[in-house]
Amino acid sequence: MSASSMAPAKTRPHFLSTRNACKLCAPLGACLALRGIEGAIPFLHGSQGCATYMRRYIISHFREPMDIAASNFNETSAIFGGGDNLHLGLHNVTAQYHPALIGIATTCLTETIGEDVERLLGEYRTANADSELPELFATSTASYRGTHVDGFHATVRSAVGALAQAGERQRRINVLPGMVSPADLRYLKEIFEDFDVPLTLLPDYSETLDGPALANYAKIPAGGTPAAAIRAMGGALATLEFGRTLAAHKTAGALLEERFGVACHRLGLPIGVQETDRLYQSIEKLSGAPTPASHQLERGRLIDAYVDGHKYVFGKRAIVYGDEDLVVGLTAFLSEIGITPVLCASGGESRLLARAIDEVTDGAAAAGIIRVQEGADFMDIGEEAAELKPDLLIGNSKGYASARHLGVPLIRVGFPIHDRIGGQRILHLGYRGAQRLFDEVVNTLLERKQDDSSVGYSYM
Amino acid sequence: MLKILEGRERQIQRKGEEPFAMDCGKQSLAGSVSQRACVFCGSRVVLYPIADALHLVHGPIGCAAFTWDIRGALSSGPQLHRLSFSTDLREIEVIHGGEKKLYAALCELIDAHQPKAAFVYATCIIGIIGDDVDAVCKRVSQEKGIPVLAVHSEGFKGTKKDGYRAACDAMAQLIGSGSTEGIGPLSVNLLGDFNLAGEIWMVRDYFKRMGVEVVACVTGDGRVGDIQRAHGAALNLVQCSGSMMHLAKSMKETWKVPFLRVSYFGIEDMAQALYDVAKFFHEPEMMARTRELVKEEVDAIMPRILEYRRILQGRKAAIYVGGAFKTFSLVRALRLLGIKTVLAGSQTGNREDYEQLRELCDEGTIIVDDSNPLELASFLEEKAVDLFIGGVKERPIAYKLGVGFCDHNHERKEALAGFSGMLNFAREVHSSIMSPVWKLTPRNRDAAQTVTPVHACDAGCNPSDDTLASTAVLAVPRDLEASVSKEQAL
Repeated sequence: MSASSMAPAKTRPHFLSTRNACKLCAPLGACLALRGIEGAIPFLHGSQGCATYMRRYIISHFREPMDIAASNFNETSAIFGGGDNLHLGLHNVTAQYHPALIGIATTCLTETIGEDVERLLGEYRTANADSELPELFATSTASYRGTHVDGFHATVRSAVGALAQAGERQRRINVLPGMVSPADLRYLKEIFEDFDVPLTLLPDYSETLDGPALANYAKIPAGGTPAAAIRAMGGALATLEFGRTLAAHKTAGALLEERFGVACHRLGLPIGVQETDRLYQSIEKLSGAPTPASHQLERGRLIDAYVDGHKYVFGKRAIVYGDEDLVVGLTAFLSEIGITPVLCASGGESRLLARAIDEVTDGAAAAGIIRVQEGADFMDIGEEAAELKPDLLIGNSKGYASARHLGVPLIRVGFPIHDRIGGQRILHLGYRGAQRLFDEVVNTLLERKQDDSSVGYSYM
Repeated sequence: MLKILEGRERQIQRKGEEPFAMDCGKQSLAGSVSQRACVFCGSRVVLYPIADALHLVHGPIGCAAFTWDIRGALSSGPQLHRLSFSTDLREIEVIHGGEKKLYAALCELIDAHQPKAAFVYATCIIGIIGDDVDAVCKRVSQEKGIPVLAVHSEGFKGTKKDGYRAACDAMAQLIGSGSTEGIGPLSVNLLGDFNLAGEIWMVRDYFKRMGVEVVACVTGDGRVGDIQRAHGAALNLVQCSGSMMHLAKSMKETWKVPFLRVSYFGIEDMAQALYDVAKFFHEPEMMARTRELVKEEVDAIMPRILEYRRILQGRKAAIYVGGAFKTFSLVRALRLLGIKTVLAGSQTGNREDYEQLRELCDEGTIIVDDSNPLELASFLEEKAVDLFIGGVKERPIAYKLGVGFCDHNHERKEALAGFSGMLNFAREVHSSIMSPVWKLTPRNRDAAQTVTPVHACDAGCNPSDDTLASTAVLAVPRDLEASVSKEQAL
């Protein structure tokens, strides 16, 4: 451990404003989660602009259609309430899209004026008692409370709360993966398939946000967790919920445990060998089946690769930023390959980040080896980085300007990736995800060494 | 075919059917999934390129996060506009008010970045929680000695157009406070070009060669100091009239600066803009220089444009962009490439715009106001288009259906204005339409079995036609009066 990383942070002016945010607002997370339910349309109760901005932001990452409806507030609705707009909006969305489900997320505007969305939905149901309505549920996602990650988890909880029912126990596992990539979701499904354990993955936007080219436009893209599967979650064997920084009692997993007695097993995002081992152990225990041979082989090859590449990465210093649980997972991975994550930063403010980092690094945060910053923005990260002199940055594409300024490479992970294609296909999870990450990290460092060398060896 | 939502029937028409006045300029229908954004978006896009100003978004984090460094608007100097600043309001401020935080944020950011002015964007909840943004701005302005301007851009208070207006109102407060000393009589302000990919630099170069001085660029590569002295220019040139007409009109009223509507997209419109300026200044020598310039520029690109035209002749395009005025230019530019426009629409056009568009377009063309993804997708399918021109939100609709796409929005990084921009445009259209990947996409693979593909020079592509295309631009310019609409008579 070099001395500089253990030096106390220099006092900098404390900025009250947020400068280049390392987070997004809660309704965006809601829209993403809703895109992972079959036949669902996300619906924002608030201004038109929120929906449009989020669509643009999500489209730029996934490069897929992303339709978000809104109740399009005007001055009258802001003063007298947006019930009429909500009802007309629901009517129009139903007429155009014929959705199976509409998830209504609030915005800062409707939360501030105190809209009672549940009551408005009740009125809508009563007024349309004769017609067959899509499944409707609301979620509270005030953008002044929490981040996009909180909005995501709140929506998953609302979906489960609205739909899940008690049922006879079946040999089936619920997995609540959090905000991971379509590639991650597909891989999780593959793992459970190979274990031969039925799985309910919520949400599942692996197809809706990474779908095939089409001959005819799909109003709502195929795929997603069916409402029927969500209903049946109350009868599952157990829930595996990913995330070490989740408020324990406020999640969908907690709700399923409280309401239906479905045991909730909390795991970190399975990134790197050790966090992934915990996932496989959990599946083995719950299913009674051993890890399939092909997966054991995948793990074996990964460790073999760690050995092959260890010298290139040892002692390197990384800054990891982004969604808190992704940061924790990446920190677990980096620590096990010999890279020191000198700064772990997130715009989130769970107050659990340092503890989670300690859990996966044998207390490196408490020991002062890793600096942990919650509520950070990219200017904060840049200022820290100037002192910490990292060898690389790992996070979403919004850190590009910082990496460029520092003159260090950026390993792109998470959301959003706005300056490359394929953000939806970045695999982070499991042994295979760790293999991909490891190869990319090693090769990035090798490339840097090769490019910086005056000799330019072609044999490294 | 898609059933059009009740309340939107009067926003869609087809040329050739009984014409009617479009029911446009109204708020988007709830639940229609409009492609429009909001009042804040309108203000933010207009003011964004002012590079030496601080842009502080007052509200919860979303509005600032979604507009961080998203545009291709370049600056030749400061880059302050590319940073994202927010008061990032939390529940506590929503309850107790955000004025204190706004004041502190403004002070710390002005101290840290030393901007020439600050714009404070009020977002949705600001009025509702009762913040007096004007009072805070006034106080900070006095303390820091720079203009601090409130932009009243609460998202729900109207449409994107109202946001343009709020931005223009904020800029109007700057205009008139700078010295006009040294500004010559042959001078213009460029309103409504945002210097995407350096476009305003190309346009400035044309004016320099004509002998016209550019006083202020509003707002591409914009500077506070230039805007403060903009009232000293002899003429305002208004591109993107939807966003800037309000400012042009207010400058005409307050400072007696006349204006002309122009467009820098496409050879015809670019040339027309330069001729109109030369004609306005009544300088025979300037007109001669302008003709020389246009000839030189057109000659430089025309051979390659015609090569593209030979390949692209007979293709069909759809256009859906923010402002209607850009649509006119695009229809003409596509026509030069031998491409027929079969769908033309915009988010914010007005009745006159749509009437003009109907006159310009061919029979059967669909004209649409404030459309949405399902409508657009159904139009693309119905018209079997080869190319869709729009922005990021339109792109996946085209791509999903195996249709070429050309980005003509704020995010783009390709210069499409001016004469060389026309060549870039032709190149991009060509690479969008001719990529071999379309042979693999399901819609085209299915269609290929029934429809004969379009070959080069299938129709109307003979040498005399080529000559026509280039001489049309070099001929006597369209009458100035004819190009000035009624509302802006000098």
